[in-house]
Amino acid sequence: MPNFIDRRLNPKDKSLSNRQRFLRRARAQLKNVINKSVKDRGIADVDGRQVVSVPTKGVGEPKFHNSSKGGKRDQVLTGNKEFSAGDRLSKPKGGAGSGAGKDAADGGEGTDEFQFTLSREEFLELFFEDLELPDLVKTNLKEVIAFKPRRAGYTVSGTPTNINVLRTMRNSYGRRIALHRPKQKDLDEIAARMEELERDCGRDGTAPHRIAKLREELTRLERKRRVVPFIDPIDIRFNRFERQALPNTKAVMFCLMDVSGSMGEREKELAKRFFILLHLFLKRRYEKIDIVFIRHTHEAQEVDEETFFYSRETGGTVVSTALEEMLRVVHERYPTQEWNIYAAQASDGDNFSGDSEKCVRMLDDVIMPLCQYYAYVEILDEREADIFKSSDNGTALWRAYREAGQSWDNFQAKRIARPGDIYPVFRELFAKRPKGAASPGLAEARAE
Amino acid sequence: MAKQTRKRKQSLLFEGPEWSFDTLSRTYDAIEEIATQDLGLDVYPNQIEIISAEQMLDAYSSIGMPLMYRHWSFGKHFVREEQLYRKGARGLAYELVINSNPCISYHMEENTMAMQALVTAHAAFGHNHFFKNNYLFLQWTDAGAILDYLEFAKGFIAKCEERHGYAAVEEILDAAHALMDHGVFRYRRTPRGAPRKEEARAQRRHEYEERTFNDLWRTLPKPKDGVEANDAEIEIANRKKKLRLPEENLLYFLEKNSPVLESWQRELLHIVRKIAQYFYPQKQTKVMNEGCATFVHHYIVNALYDQGRITEGAMLEILHSHSNVVFQPAFDDRRYGGINPYALGFEMMQDIRRVCTQPTEEDREWLPEIAGNGDWRGTLRDAWANHRDESFIQQFLSPHLIRKMRLFVLSDNEKDDHYTVASIHDERGYENVRRTISRNYDLGTVEPNIQVVDLDLRGDRQLCLEHTVRDGIALAEKGRDEVLKHIARLWGYEVSLRGIDNLTGETVYKTSTAESEAAA
Repeated sequence: MPNFIDRRLNPKDKSLSNRQRFLRRARAQLKNVINKSVKDRGIADVDGRQVVSVPTKGVGEPKFHNSSKGGKRDQVLTGNKEFSAGDRLSKPKGGAGSGAGKDAADGGEGTDEFQFTLSREEFLELFFEDLELPDLVKTNLKEVIAFKPRRAGYTVSGTPTNINVLRTMRNSYGRRIALHRPKQKDLDEIAARMEELERDCGRDGTAPHRIAKLREELTRLERKRRVVPFIDPIDIRFNRFERQALPNTKAVMFCLMDVSGSMGEREKELAKRFFILLHLFLKRRYEKIDIVFIRHTHEAQEVDEETFFYSRETGGTVVSTALEEMLRVVHERYPTQEWNIYAAQASDGDNFSGDSEKCVRMLDDVIMPLCQYYAYVEILDEREADIFKSSDNGTALWRAYREAGQSWDNFQAKRIARPGDIYPVFRELFAKRPKGAASPGLAEARAE
Repeated sequence: MAKQTRKRKQSLLFEGPEWSFDTLSRTYDAIEEIATQDLGLDVYPNQIEIISAEQMLDAYSSIGMPLMYRHWSFGKHFVREEQLYRKGARGLAYELVINSNPCISYHMEENTMAMQALVTAHAAFGHNHFFKNNYLFLQWTDAGAILDYLEFAKGFIAKCEERHGYAAVEEILDAAHALMDHGVFRYRRTPRGAPRKEEARAQRRHEYEERTFNDLWRTLPKPKDGVEANDAEIEIANRKKKLRLPEENLLYFLEKNSPVLESWQRELLHIVRKIAQYFYPQKQTKVMNEGCATFVHHYIVNALYDQGRITEGAMLEILHSHSNVVFQPAFDDRRYGGINPYALGFEMMQDIRRVCTQPTEEDREWLPEIAGNGDWRGTLRDAWANHRDESFIQQFLSPHLIRKMRLFVLSDNEKDDHYTVASIHDERGYENVRRTISRNYDLGTVEPNIQVVDLDLRGDRQLCLEHTVRDGIALAEKGRDEVLKHIARLWGYEVSLRGIDNLTGETVYKTSTAESEAAA
C-alpha cells in the first residue's frame, strides 16, 4: 500500500518569489518595453493585461555548448524511404549546418525572446517608477449629485397616494378588536330576532317588552359602531420615502493640452502618462468614463486621441481657448447632475500675455464649481527642474494657477520633469481621507 | 460498453473516468502484484502525490524537484512554461517522478482513472525500478538524502540572501548555473586516504628506498644541456600535480581553489555542483529510463486487461495515450524533432523480449549472448541495471530494429557542399548505424570537453582552460564568452580558453577575458 498524498490544497504561488526575482532581473528590459507601450497604446487600454516580450539579454543563461555549424558530424535519422549508402544530397543554400533534423543546439539557446503577461500591479509598479501606488480601491471620494427616492419604513402623514393599505388595515383591525366594535353580523342577528318577535306579537304577551329591549340594544350597538369607526385616521399609515443620495457612476475626463511647437515628444509623453494615471484612478471609481481630448494653440478644438498626441500644430498659445472649449462641451454633453467632471491640463507654461489672468477668472467663476478635480501639470525640461524648484517663481501661467490652487481645495498644480514626478500631483486625490472630513466634491466646494 | 467476451477471472478495478483514492489504491495493489511478482521489479517504497496543473508548472520550473532554492531563472522557466501551456502549445506531463527514497511521483488531478493506472505503472514502477537498480544512479545519487539536502540548500541560500543581499547571491548562482554541465564528475576519483594511512604509506616507501639503496646510482652522469628549461617544466608539472590538473569538473575546481571566494560562496558552488551531479545519470539514460518505464506500463496494463480487471474503454484510452507517447515521425515529416527517446527505448525493450523468446538466425549472429535464452525478464533487468544509453544501444540495437525504424546515417562535412548518406539499414550499414547512434547518445561526445589545464598562482594567476575540439566542432560563440566572464567572476582573475584539435593537437582558436575586455 503506497502513501497517497493529496497536494492539491497546498498553498498556491509556490514560485511567486522566483517570479519576483525574475522581474527584478529583467527590470531594465521590462521598462523599455513598457515605455514603448505608452506610445503604442491608448490611454484607456494601458491598464489592460500586459503581454510583454523580453529579449534574453540580461536574462539569458549562457552555457558552453557545441556550435551547430561547421566540423564533421554524423546524425542518425529515421524513416529512410529511398536513400542508399553513398547518395549525395545538396545542402540548402545560405549556410551549411543543420540538415533535416535538429542538431546539437538543444542547449540554453533557441528561445531568444519570449512573451509573458504582467499582472496589473506589476505593470503599474514598473510604469510609475517604483512608486508605491496607494490602494486605489480604498480611496474614498464621495460626490453626491443625484438623488433617488428610496422606501424607508412607514409614517403617519403623507399623501393619499402613498397609503399603505396593508398596514392601515392591520391597525384598524387591531383597534376594532380592542375596542369591541360590534360586528355587522351581531346587528343583523338582533334585527332578525326583533322581526321574529314582531311576527309572534299576538301569541306572546312579553314580546313588546322584549322588542323594546332589543331595540335599545340595537341602538346602543349602532351608536358604538359610529363611535368606533371601521377606519380611524390613527390607523392610517403611509409609505415613507427618503431621498437617497446616489454617487454618480459616470465621469468625464477632460484632457487639455498645449500642442504648439514648444511641446516636443518628451513633453507629450509625460503628459500622456499624467493623463493615464488620472484615468487609472477614475477607472477604479466609476462605471463609465468618457475622455474628451481638447488641444489648443491659439485656438482650441476637440479631437480624437490619435490626433491629440501625434499631430503637430503651429500657432501661438492661448490657454483660455481650451477652457472655453471645455465649457462648451460640458454644457453640450455633460450635465453636472449626471457626470462627474475631472480635468487634467498639461502645458509647458507658455501663454499669450494677459491670457493667464483670464484663465484664472474663468476657473474661479465657472469651471471650478463644475469640476470634481482639476489638475494642472507644467512640464519642465529636466535641466530646468532645479531652477524652478521653488514654486514661487515661474511663468505667468504658473503664477496665475498657483493663486487658483490656493483658493480651491480641489485644484492641483505641479511642475514635473520626469515620470516619477507625476504621481505626487495626485497624492491629494488619492490620499485616504479621515471619515467625515470634507471631500473635494462639488457640494462642499466653497464659493468665494 | 462492449459486452465482455473474455472470461472474467477477477472483478473490475474501476469503471468510468472518475478516480478516487479508493480506486487508486486498489489499482495500485493490482499493478504492484504484476510488477513485483511477474516482472520481478525491485522498487523503492512509493509515495504518490496528486497535484494540480499549476503545481505541475511549479515543479517543471524548478527542474522537477519538490523543493528548490529560489532563483530568478526558475521564475523565467515558469513564465515560459505557463505561456506555452496557456496557449495550448504544450500539454503538461501526466506525471513527474523523483529519484528519491521513498520515490515520489506526482500525478495530475485531471487524469482519468485509466490514465492514473497508466502513470502509476509508468512512474511508480517503471522509473522507480530503474532509479533503484541502474548502476549510474546507485553510484552517483543518494536517493535517501536528496530531499533533505535540497531542504538544507534552500534554507542555506535563503540565509545567504538575507545576510549578503540578493544581488551577491544571484551573481554566484548565475555563474554556477552557467557551469552546471561542467560541474560533474564523470569518473570516480581515486579516493584520498585518511591522513594516517597516507603517513604510513609514505613511511613504508621510505623504508623500501632505504632497503634498496644503491650508491651506484649516484655515479651516473647528469644530463648536461637543457637543465634550466627542464627545471621550469618540472616546476609546471609539479604544480599541476599538486592542483590535480587537468580537472574537468570546473565547479569543483573553482570551489576548492578559487583565490577570491568566501566560504559561503564556495558552499553555493557546492550546492549547485551536487544538484548537477544528481541529475547527471538522468541525462545519460534518457532512452533506457523512458524505455524501461514505457515497457513496464505497456506490459502491466496489458496484463491487467488480460485478467479482465480493466474495461475495454479504459484500455483503448490507455493505448491511445501510449501510442502518442511512442510516436516516431519520419525524418521528412513536419513533426520530426529527432529520435523520440520513448519510441527508441520502448522498441528496443520489445525487441530484446522478442530476441530472447523468438530469435531469428540473424539475432543469434548479432546478439548471441541473449538470443533464445528464454528469460526476457532477467535479461531486461540486467540491461537496465548495467548500462547507460550509449552502451545499451551499442550492445542491444538489433538489425531487425534498424530495419523496422529504417534508420540511416547522414554525414555532414563542412568541406563538402553536400550531405552524404553514409549508411542505411542494410548488411553493410548496421554496424555503422549502431555505432553512430550510440555515439550520439554519449554525453562525452555531445557535451564539449573543457578542462582546467594550468594556472600560475605565483604569476598572473590566469586560469587556463582547454577545449578539446573533436571533428572540428567548435563552441558556439554566443554563450562562450559570457560563460568565460562568469568563470572569471568566480576565479577573480583572467581566464583564457584554448581550443585544441584532438587529432592534430593544433590550436584551433584562443580567447580570454583579458582580450575581450581590451577589444571592448
